[in-house]
Amino acid sequence: MTHTVDNQIVTANHLLSGEVVYLRADNSWSNAHSEAEVLTDKEAADARLRDAKKQGDVVISPYLAGTAMNEIGKPVPNVLRERLRTRGPTNRFHGKQVG
Amino acid sequence: MYAYTKFDTDFNSDRVAQFRDQVARRIDGSLSEEEFRPLRLMNGLYLMLHAYMLRVAIPYGTLNSVQMHALADIADRFDKGYGHFTTRQNIQFNWPKLQEVPDILAALAKVDMHAVQTSGACVRNVSADHFAGAAADEIDDPRPTAEFIRQWSTDHPEFAFLPRKFKFAVTGSPHDRAVTKMHDVGLRLLQDGDGQPGYEVSVGGGLGRTPMIGRTVRKFLPRIDLLPYLEAILQVYNELGRRDNKYKARIKITVHETGLEEITRMIEARFLQQRTRFDGSDQFLFDRIRGDFSAPDYRHGTCEDFQSARRLNPAFRSFTDTNLNAHKNPDYTSITVSLKTHGQTPGDATSSQMRALADIAARWSHNELRVSHEQNIILPHVHKNHVPAVFDALKKIGLATANIGLISDIIACPGMDYCDLATARSINVAQGIATRFDELKLEHDIGPIKLKISGCINACGHHHVGHIGILGLQKAGVESYQITLGGDGTENTAIGKVMGPGFAAEEIIPAIERLIYAYLDLRDNAQETFLQAYRRLGAQPFKAAVYQTQDKANAA
Repeated sequence: MTHTVDNQIVTANHLLSGEVVYLRADNSWSNAHSEAEVLTDKEAADARLRDAKKQGDVVISPYLAGTAMNEIGKPVPNVLRERLRTRGPTNRFHGKQVG
Repeated sequence: MYAYTKFDTDFNSDRVAQFRDQVARRIDGSLSEEEFRPLRLMNGLYLMLHAYMLRVAIPYGTLNSVQMHALADIADRFDKGYGHFTTRQNIQFNWPKLQEVPDILAALAKVDMHAVQTSGACVRNVSADHFAGAAADEIDDPRPTAEFIRQWSTDHPEFAFLPRKFKFAVTGSPHDRAVTKMHDVGLRLLQDGDGQPGYEVSVGGGLGRTPMIGRTVRKFLPRIDLLPYLEAILQVYNELGRRDNKYKARIKITVHETGLEEITRMIEARFLQQRTRFDGSDQFLFDRIRGDFSAPDYRHGTCEDFQSARRLNPAFRSFTDTNLNAHKNPDYTSITVSLKTHGQTPGDATSSQMRALADIAARWSHNELRVSHEQNIILPHVHKNHVPAVFDALKKIGLATANIGLISDIIACPGMDYCDLATARSINVAQGIATRFDELKLEHDIGPIKLKISGCINACGHHHVGHIGILGLQKAGVESYQITLGGDGTENTAIGKVMGPGFAAEEIIPAIERLIYAYLDLRDNAQETFLQAYRRLGAQPFKAAVYQTQDKANAA
């Protein structure tokens, strides 16, 4: 019996650069939140997190984050922490928000 | 300041080589993250919200011009051209890349710096009064003691895996600027009746989610007994400290759960055992360290330029009214350079500002700088006649703000803009408060006040000891800021009390405004500080003003 949860994605930081990354369905990692694979039930989410943890040579500290969906079906961050991770700090024009 | 011996430089370069190898093995997969994590933490490398973060040690906040130049170079070569000075007198770089960290550590080692034990469950940077060796009210310089503890605790095999982090602070003045009573172990330099040096030892202070004031376990500890006594404390902690629950693992919980009397008994018993293992040769090392901290080669000469600049230049007079601290040499002063320019990020400096500060220190402060836990830079030894030149040089780099000790001299942690642990942003609140009171031109009227902001319950912004503290939490996914009142980090240590329900991000600055207007309204006279007024009146009238309740208290 699958449990319904809010939509989730797997996010982590890139091992070498430290940059925030998102797990795609094909097991590659994207810099863009909108490309993350969206997981709609708990079992799938836990399974994909386990998959991410096997990629310790690529990423560090993967975890599940809730996500909202926009009008064209792409995941968009729904909490401040995840919004910040998609863009960088608000006091300096640094991080992902720079092009 | 302390001069590295060959032993020290060899230790540093060996450590760099060791970490370089550990990084290589992490990258090639021979080390898992679980194996690598404690090793990288012991070398100051965190993972934060957007990137790695490297915390470089500035032992007891003291560095020289060459070292400050090196930090500027690292900021440019390996980071984004700036650094953040912290509430434990260290510096943080927010954007290092893993494979470059060994090169950063190598660059640090070239100038006798490191990132050893700035994180991890071990003894961290020993902090000390930022006016050490200069302050007029000092009994003795606390830094030889701090350096002594640094060397003793670095790579100490018995204390490399404590239940949790462990922080020391040392003050050499009865005016405690090092917040010793809010550290795991606080040391206050004293002399006994015969003039013999020693310490009052307090244990179990801390901020964080359960703030506690340190308890005195020994009123006077002779200096010759320092190391065996500290070993006894750490041994008792190692034995009793909780390893089952991260939130109950600090020694403050151990003291609380064991009781002061029992833990003092245990420490004293262990101390007697440990003392037999020390043959006194550690005192030779202490004396050699002490010799490195001799007074600067003071220059002589008139202070006329200082006096006439104060007479003729209102901006200079304002700067010297707020940013100077009395020096033991009456012809000298210590200048606090504010890293709290209104609207800027508290504690940050650009690489060009760092270089300019290094050159100013080389020219006019006997080659020495300090980092204070209040996130400012100090030029400790400036002849008064040089202060006008220093002021002009600071103006050129945008670091001449005359706000030390005023409401815009805010301690703020990096908060959710950078920190993985944060529940709210803190930098924007600090900027907003500073800008607002600058606009209102009320800062000097408000007078001395310590406002501190933490972006989560870990309290790295020291909000518990702010006269006004702000704690950034999250309620239903939205930032919510709680105000605390009446904290005090001096020898009159007090933990601030929560005033009432929290405020949303757009409400917190108006709330602080109402609080300050209430103080201006309620104070006895212009000389009564915020903290004095609070202690006289209690929270009620301030609470009424901030929450605008019907029952406005009549002033007593």
